[in-house]
Amino acid sequence: MLNRTLVALTELFPESVPALAPAGEGALEPPPRETGVLVTDFAKHGHHLDVLCRPDQVVAVARIMDGEGYFLEAISGVDWLDQQQFEVIYDYNRLGGEHCRVMVRALVDRNQPVVPSVSGVFAAADWHERETFDFYGVHFQDHPNLIRILLPEDADFHPLRKDFRP
Amino acid sequence: MTVPVRLRQDETFVLNLGPQHPATHGVLRVKLTMDGEYVVKAEPVLGYIHRMHEKMAENGTFAQFFPNTARMDYLHALAFNHGWALVVEKAAGIEVPERAEYIRVITVELNRIASHLLWWAAFLLDLGGFTPLLYAFDDREKIIDLLERVTGSRLTYSYMRFGGVCNDIDDEFIAGTRDFIKQLRSRMPRLYHDLVTHNIILIKRIKDIGLVSAEQCRRYGATGPVARGSGIDYDIRKNEPYSVYPEFDFDIPVFDEGDSMARYMVRMHEMEQSMRIIEQALDKLPGGPVMGKAPKVLKPEAGYYYSAVETARGSLGHRLVCNGDKNPFKLKLRSPTFSNLSLFGEVAEGMLLADALAFMGSLDLVIPEIDR
Repeated sequence: MLNRTLVALTELFPESVPALAPAGEGALEPPPRETGVLVTDFAKHGHHLDVLCRPDQVVAVARIMDGEGYFLEAISGVDWLDQQQFEVIYDYNRLGGEHCRVMVRALVDRNQPVVPSVSGVFAAADWHERETFDFYGVHFQDHPNLIRILLPEDADFHPLRKDFRP
Repeated sequence: MTVPVRLRQDETFVLNLGPQHPATHGVLRVKLTMDGEYVVKAEPVLGYIHRMHEKMAENGTFAQFFPNTARMDYLHALAFNHGWALVVEKAAGIEVPERAEYIRVITVELNRIASHLLWWAAFLLDLGGFTPLLYAFDDREKIIDLLERVTGSRLTYSYMRFGGVCNDIDDEFIAGTRDFIKQLRSRMPRLYHDLVTHNIILIKRIKDIGLVSAEQCRRYGATGPVARGSGIDYDIRKNEPYSVYPEFDFDIPVFDEGDSMARYMVRMHEMEQSMRIIEQALDKLPGGPVMGKAPKVLKPEAGYYYSAVETARGSLGHRLVCNGDKNPFKLKLRSPTFSNLSLFGEVAEGMLLADALAFMGSLDLVIPEIDR
């Protein structure tokens, strides 16, 4: 399964080198990567594949994962304030069969956080994207109902941003 | 049987269910668009008990987050303890003594039985049966007394530590646990199954009601008894073994029907499997310390970590991002009922209101865990 997924995903990244945040304090995982897909040590990290893609590729990745029978476990946001970037992490997993966890992440400009929605592929993304919008203000394009989910509807802040002060 | 009805969009009304409604078990609100007794659209509204545990995690050290974990899923708090301990131990490379892992498994499984007992009681209460609650609470009380003895608390446990558990179990706990298993086993056929499971009223209320397909589970990311009631043989304890679970012989109950009855049966059988795990763990319980060596100040290596455990409601995942500092840079809690509830709207469409409530009960919702 790991190899099959790897082959399916590698087709997405023929020779493109996804943009990496500048190294430094609190830097993203070194070393700089050649391609978008990296095989990781499951025992140490808890996921088999680490996929770094451009935001415009997340839907294509989701379609591949859907075709391979994965399900979307969660979507998380990360605020890299020093790098002025948001990161959106998609965790894919399989319901039984050969075990394979895939972490897909995309970095977006913190001042213009727009990522295409994958809710058209996975229904689970609907609520998880609303939550990431709620907490980080990441805008998911083409989401059917991008409104706050856990915070009150009239909230005017995004509390998980690192520069949020209550 | 859910009768397919032609729903009319022109003569509907909106019914507000909750956030203060006994059937929503806490503060869940569902905005229902109704056509007479039939649900046209069901829209869960979340966040009434949102406390932003993820921000609290970022603001404190790793160890300071332990009490928070128990306050999300207050029914299976030890599994949340366990999940947090495991992900940080993975990130920081902390070894746990074998005895501590055995004790973790014993207490987590006891807690799982208590959680299922409470679900059972509350579910039947939703359906209008009061008496079963008294039996279930009698048995659950024994578990809580046992856990209070070792953990010091009755509901919101902070029992685990990085590297082990804070208290060793004693002979009295072991004897009490064996007594409890004996008692629950002897009561199960008559008090639980004869009185309730085979009861025609219950069968009529939940059989063929709330059909969830395996494909729906996959699209919505539903796990736990909801997925296993739809024929998906998926349990983190088997599929992604953690702790000392591989050393025990136990089965994963799977039912193919996908209705509320199937989810009911999964949980009833899981209690027996949990008892089997506890018995084997008590038999094989190794000696030695219950705390390993763990540094006072944890500074895991920068990187991305994921760890999942099986709680009574499904797969609990922790997505942890560390930047080498002494507090988590980012923690995402992937709580099982958040995903399980997200399919409610799709499934409840076209159901009778009373059936939709029975279906909601069969999902076993714990609201603080959804809202975090």
